[in-house]
Amino acid sequence: MNVLLASAGPSAYWYLTRSTGAVALLLLTFSIALGVIDVRRLSTPRWPRFLVDSLHRNVSLLAMVFLVLHILTAVLDSFAPISLLDAVIPFGGSYRPFWLGLGAVSFDLLLAVTITSLLRQRMGFATWRAVHWLTYASWPIALLHGLGTGSDVKSTWLLALSILCIAVVIAAVLARVIDGWPGNLRLRSAALGGAAAFSLFLVLWLPGGPLGSEWARRSGTPTSLLGHSHSTSTSKGTH
Amino acid sequence: MSQRLRVNAIACEAHGMCAELLPERITLDEWGYPIIDEEPLSPELVDHARRAAQACPTFALLLERERNRA
Amino acid sequence: MGESSSLMTEAPTLETHAAPALPRLLTGIPARGAMDLESHMAVHGPLPPAHKRGRRAESPLIGRIERARLGGRGGAGFPTATKLRAVADARGRAIVVVNAAEGEPASLKDRTLCQSLPHLVLDGAQLAAQAVGAAEVIVCVCESASASIHSVTAAIAERRRLPGAPARMHVSVVPSHYVAGQESALVNHLNGGPAKPTFTPPMPFEQGVSRRPTLVNNSETLAHVALIARHGSEWFRQLGTPAQPGSALITLSGPVAHPGVYEIEHGASLSSLIDAAGGSSAGVRGALFGGYAGAWIGGDLLPGVALSNEHLAPHGASLGAGVVLLLSEDACPVAETARVARWLASQSTGQCGPCLNGLDALAGTVEEIAAGTARAQADQRIARLASLVQRRGACGHPDGAVNFILSAVETFAGDFADHARHGPCEACGSEELPLPIRMRDAAVTRELAWTA
Repeated sequence: MNVLLASAGPSAYWYLTRSTGAVALLLLTFSIALGVIDVRRLSTPRWPRFLVDSLHRNVSLLAMVFLVLHILTAVLDSFAPISLLDAVIPFGGSYRPFWLGLGAVSFDLLLAVTITSLLRQRMGFATWRAVHWLTYASWPIALLHGLGTGSDVKSTWLLALSILCIAVVIAAVLARVIDGWPGNLRLRSAALGGAAAFSLFLVLWLPGGPLGSEWARRSGTPTSLLGHSHSTSTSKGTH
Repeated sequence: MSQRLRVNAIACEAHGMCAELLPERITLDEWGYPIIDEEPLSPELVDHARRAAQACPTFALLLERERNRA
Repeated sequence: MGESSSLMTEAPTLETHAAPALPRLLTGIPARGAMDLESHMAVHGPLPPAHKRGRRAESPLIGRIERARLGGRGGAGFPTATKLRAVADARGRAIVVVNAAEGEPASLKDRTLCQSLPHLVLDGAQLAAQAVGAAEVIVCVCESASASIHSVTAAIAERRRLPGAPARMHVSVVPSHYVAGQESALVNHLNGGPAKPTFTPPMPFEQGVSRRPTLVNNSETLAHVALIARHGSEWFRQLGTPAQPGSALITLSGPVAHPGVYEIEHGASLSSLIDAAGGSSAGVRGALFGGYAGAWIGGDLLPGVALSNEHLAPHGASLGAGVVLLLSEDACPVAETARVARWLASQSTGQCGPCLNGLDALAGTVEEIAAGTARAQADQRIARLASLVQRRGACGHPDGAVNFILSAVETFAGDFADHARHGPCEACGSEELPLPIRMRDAAVTRELAWTA
């Protein structure tokens, strides 16, 4: 039954894993924006501080829910050989190991952030905050993972979404750094420099990378899966 | 057993959520730091006070049982 | 040590008591260097032996201190016996911390004791350690008091083979900031953190250094313990008042012939102290009691003032850590208040918003009044800021600063009104009140020269 489904076209799981992944990225982006609004203490009478803070916490949790769904559906999708272990231990899989592995790295970082936030009361504030800053690292890694593993990465939809998310995160980082964080000038320059470098990297890499030809093969898709119907020109109807 | 609010002034970073969630007992000074009315809390306010304490990002707001004050 | 040292060995003659009983602490204080162990034992007699007691029984020393009604000499005046008892009863192995940090710029008594009479302090520390069951004593000395660091270290070495000596006794050098000597700040520093106050509870007597019950006592308090243990509580109470028995060290500064550290009995008149210091060399505008967290008393009221908390209380003042600062008629009280207020603001550790912001705003307002640029109703702004700052910090620093400023504004109301209207007067550059000047990394009080 599974084999028939696979040869007939993308399975439901494939759609689910792509969509939940995209939603998770969107929610993570939104969460970062809310986090910066929160820490910059921006509020209006209709959007009081406790509301922004609550929203930030809830959106983050929702992002984690979608992330877990994204992982489960990817594992259940029989098209690609992805195991549950590949979700937390990076670079060990056989399907696009590097790009998939980035997803695991990002997920691990976010797990640390989530767990420390849920157990906030049991640790010092400085420790909690240091771990929380890992979100700034996990986001670009998640984005690269999406661009590298997505078999429909050339779709306009997805590219537009990615560009929107990048813009929001860069704006958030700028808004944060302008406020004088981190206190250390060197770290602040590093944050700005990192954001600029990442953007430049994307601009230079994308055309020759995921948007270039034969990305599926170059990114490490197992040869048995290459040439399959939904690894190349499925941009039209998918997602 | 009555409960009171107290602020850990060192942990407080003037986020201001406590004043939004318990305006009956907490107001903010001109620099954004909370001024707490330290009278014992009436039963209707205790739940709100607990929520305010949980909302504080730095756990600076404390809900305490009646203690012997030295 | 200079001219004033000879006066330190003489007791101020008091009008009301025939007082062969003074000096007590300052007996035999050497003109130069520290009194060594042998001389110390010759002057004061041997240390009383440690009483063998049942495991649960309280040390008899605590009862004796309680009957003597000894209060802490670090400024708060907290009953010493109560503190000893609290530490002795707390769970865990206790530790004793001698507080000679003395961050108060106008106070010199602690470094005088540590520099010249270290064994008196260390005796007290040893006895306190026995009373609370501590095996370790840490003596905290200010980084700028290099002579004290040297003296105490040498004295500790001398005492190694003394019977009853604690297993470990060593010196810890603390920064010279104003707030570094606060109890929880000291404990924070000893735990490897910055010398800044921490949020309490838990209090140091429950969980302090290495989370153990910690006894923090001012060095002068322990010096008194050393003598009470030898001579008893009755002897201690022969001097002083019923409410505040015993003698105390006072640091007197200002327009007197010989400013310095004096030992008085509680209740002695201020005039007798000034006489002992060679009399005032200029008219006195007012006197500040208790240091820069204390309160002023106007010059016209001073003749009737006696040196004990119950006598000072009706004037809104207290002895604090035994600091008495006289302000001459040549000084401008408004400018001096502005200087000190700004310094107090700079000494905020910055951990608490109300203190950091409030003291800065208060200092700014006083400076404006002094310069004549204050907006209307500046006095109301001061009152409002004061109520905004009080009891909203983690330690007593903002409260002390407010106390000082409010007291100055009230005592010198005429001068403040004058400056608000007409701006600076010709005495504004006086700079009489001592404030630390920074020399490289250590802060040294400008006026230190007069006892060193």
